[in-house]
Amino acid sequence: MGVYERPRFRIAGDRGLLAEYGDAIDPAINRKVRAMAIALEKEPPQGILEVIPTYRSLLILYDPLLTTCSRLQEKLLALEERLSEIEIPPPRTVEIPVCYGGEYGPDLDFVAQSHGLSPEEVIRIHSEPTYQVYMIGFTPGFPFLGKLPEVLHTPRHKTPRTRVPAGSVGIANDQTGIYPIESPGGWQLIGRTPLKIFDLRRPNPFLLKAGDLVKFRPITPEEYKRLAEQEGK
Amino acid sequence: MDVFRVLEPGLYTTVQDRGRYGYQQFGIPISGAMDQFAYRVANLLVGNPEDSAVLEITVLGPRLEVLAEADIAVTGAEMPLMVNDRPAEQWASIRVKPGDVISLKQVRKGCRAYLAVTGGIDVPVVMGSRSTYVGGRIGGYQGRPLSKGDVLARGPGNPLGSPRRLPEDLLPDLATEITLRAIPGPQDDYFDEGLGIFFDSVFVVSTQADRMGYRLQGPVVPHRKGVPQSIISEPSVPGGVQIPPDGQPIILLLEQTVGGYTKIATVISTDIDRVAQAKPGDRIKFERVDLETAYGVVREREGLMQKIREMLAG
Repeated sequence: MGVYERPRFRIAGDRGLLAEYGDAIDPAINRKVRAMAIALEKEPPQGILEVIPTYRSLLILYDPLLTTCSRLQEKLLALEERLSEIEIPPPRTVEIPVCYGGEYGPDLDFVAQSHGLSPEEVIRIHSEPTYQVYMIGFTPGFPFLGKLPEVLHTPRHKTPRTRVPAGSVGIANDQTGIYPIESPGGWQLIGRTPLKIFDLRRPNPFLLKAGDLVKFRPITPEEYKRLAEQEGK
Repeated sequence: MDVFRVLEPGLYTTVQDRGRYGYQQFGIPISGAMDQFAYRVANLLVGNPEDSAVLEITVLGPRLEVLAEADIAVTGAEMPLMVNDRPAEQWASIRVKPGDVISLKQVRKGCRAYLAVTGGIDVPVVMGSRSTYVGGRIGGYQGRPLSKGDVLARGPGNPLGSPRRLPEDLLPDLATEITLRAIPGPQDDYFDEGLGIFFDSVFVVSTQADRMGYRLQGPVVPHRKGVPQSIISEPSVPGGVQIPPDGQPIILLLEQTVGGYTKIATVISTDIDRVAQAKPGDRIKFERVDLETAYGVVREREGLMQKIREMLAG
């Protein structure tokens, strides 16, 4: 377990290279991934179309008419050698107000009961840590956050809901996340944020990116309504 | 300039272009035309830049009333094309005038046809692309497939001086049994005998086959004993072939950003065009190739595009 000594390169077709830096969901591995993503952003090798950071790897999409997989591997190894010279800015922390329970968190009581906790304890435990955005995916702007305190680990619903409202905060096993748009979903819903995680009307439609830190702040239904009005919901 | 009024939308008709690149890190899939060859040629046939937006038409075509003079071209699947109830040719430019009615019938061969129009379909550019990502309600015509009564505009551009058509010997083959060239990986090390089964068997396209992915049915592709069947979620690339615990492959396609199952192989980029033309019941075989072979095929494809470009412009 832990950070690999050398990255493990995996071939993802003729346009993708996966560089794996470890074999677990782990902040140290993810720091390495983030550092490499920032380094590549600063000195993009020719032919790279996009660099996608994930929990423990980078997916590099490239144009095979402009570069090759082996050339990119050499570049990545060389860049890693010089990683200490490249300035990595500290991650930013984004506060997300969440109204827990009630109509906004229909599964809060279930989550509490399945762990022998009160709903108030679940709220306190869930909003206590500072989470890391490991990866964005599934729907536009959906953040995969870790690590969720072990006492709250709860499996997904066996049958996913067909409609999960935008802003819903959910739990799936050792992860927590926020649904940016209404979509189907199987996570246990414990609350909802009035903030728009994804909004095409903003110059930057995405509230969060991989590498950010997230802190949840419990709010009352009244504050939810007030903030939702400000957000134009 | 308004160019079409949708009289009947067809089964599933969306606006697509080259695709939306650079936003997968934010959970936005590439989207875009599934059959990129047919898409690019459709644009060249009406004199557009190759990356203009077109209509992607699935299985059963729409009926469109023409509102402004333009050239159109329909490529991809073999889908009987009529203008005012008179049969018209595919893979060729056709001049249409206000009041004309274009209709595309039930597909005969293949699955997806592409309709290009002078100036390209004009919808707002969202994150660098006009492609529709239906799951995210982003891009295209209001982020959704066309429905009755929609009015589509076209961009600026002049009808052609002389008609264009693609020579017959350059038309792609639309067979119901196709071979997809695929490179092992990214998780081929999770399989041993499964690799042999995967590359030696024939799979059938199930009814769960859309722009997100194609589920296949066939012999079970087993994982190596003792390895986990799911992995830490990671981004997917179009063509990645996921093997879930039931051993039935899923080809991940253009409206997908993340996958949590092991991928035994990845279909080479040019062969996604063949997947685009496969429909439920069609048969698929995978042929193992290496990266160098794939690069060669990509270069060949660009050579062919260059040849078509010169031929049609000349």
